[in-house]
Amino acid sequence: MKHLRARITLLLGTMLLLPALAAAASGEEILQSQCASCHALAKPSDASLDRLWTRKGPDLWYAGVKFNKDWLVQWLQAPTVIRPAGVMYRKAVKAAGGGAPDVIDASQVPAHMKLGAADAAAAADALLALGTDAGLVQKGAFKQDPPNVAMASLLFNKLRGCSSCHAAKAGGPPHSGPELYSAGARLQPDYVVEYIRDPQKFDPHIWMPKLELTDADIQKLTGFLMTLKQAGAQ
Amino acid sequence: MNRLTGTLLVVVAGFVAGVCSAEDAPSPATVKLYDTYCVQCHGVNRDGNGLNSGDMAVKPRDHTDSKAMGDTPDDQLFKAIKNGGLSVNKSVLMPTWGGVLTDEQIRDLVKYLRFVSKTKSS
Repeated sequence: MKHLRARITLLLGTMLLLPALAAAASGEEILQSQCASCHALAKPSDASLDRLWTRKGPDLWYAGVKFNKDWLVQWLQAPTVIRPAGVMYRKAVKAAGGGAPDVIDASQVPAHMKLGAADAAAAADALLALGTDAGLVQKGAFKQDPPNVAMASLLFNKLRGCSSCHAAKAGGPPHSGPELYSAGARLQPDYVVEYIRDPQKFDPHIWMPKLELTDADIQKLTGFLMTLKQAGAQ
Repeated sequence: MNRLTGTLLVVVAGFVAGVCSAEDAPSPATVKLYDTYCVQCHGVNRDGNGLNSGDMAVKPRDHTDSKAMGDTPDDQLFKAIKNGGLSVNKSVLMPTWGGVLTDEQIRDLVKYLRFVSKTKSS
């Protein structure tokens, strides 16, 4: 009787554990089979400018310190446009002529593939394990000061020039930098602080300038970005 | 004799022209720097009509404008790239590239701007 109960417990335990193990493995499998052909899942040995021109998607090797899980799960099922001109804007822009701003050649910006709900959840879990021990982001880098939104918006839009390259509102003209109107849903605040401080630490040679900002400015800008949670364009 | 001198002159002139154009022609590496960092605002045609220029309060400089570029000395161009627009009393929208580009790369870009604007170093 005792043996039978032990056996049943073991059997039940195995039944409960197995799907969890299978899901964990499949998250990594999904990354390898679906994501790795375009995204770096480990830190690339090549840190050259040429690599920025040849890579097919943004690096994901530090996704674990960059993204919020809920956003990832949603986005992988229904991807929105984050970089209107693709992963390397220069390859997608062309002159419009007549003194008008350059335009994007949409044929150069492929749509992102979609995952089903279960795969998206598994892939998000696997992504959140990437780069957490790379020492890129200090936990608590964002001081959580409640932002003065009006002042911080002025910094973003006028005084520090961020809005030249990044959209803070949906529906505007395209820019060379990723949209930030979903930044509050998409990104971890500590990552935003560290990325503004030194973009090239994450992305060698990336075309975001390393501005001479005070820590107070960086905190205000990050606080402001965390308030932006608009839905993106499909 | 005259014909020989003439031939020699042509050869020398050709050689000088060759050397000069080799000096003026930008290196592919410098063009790539411009294409990576500058085109987003200054445009594919280098005329200030970059993708980001549409809603900017101050339009990016037209690098093909020989008059305006000719009036801007090398050290001012270097400073604008390295330390940003504010350092030369221009717009804050020209960011500081000194944290991303080396002094040598910036000097190469200044030379390239002379090539694009068809102006002389000053």
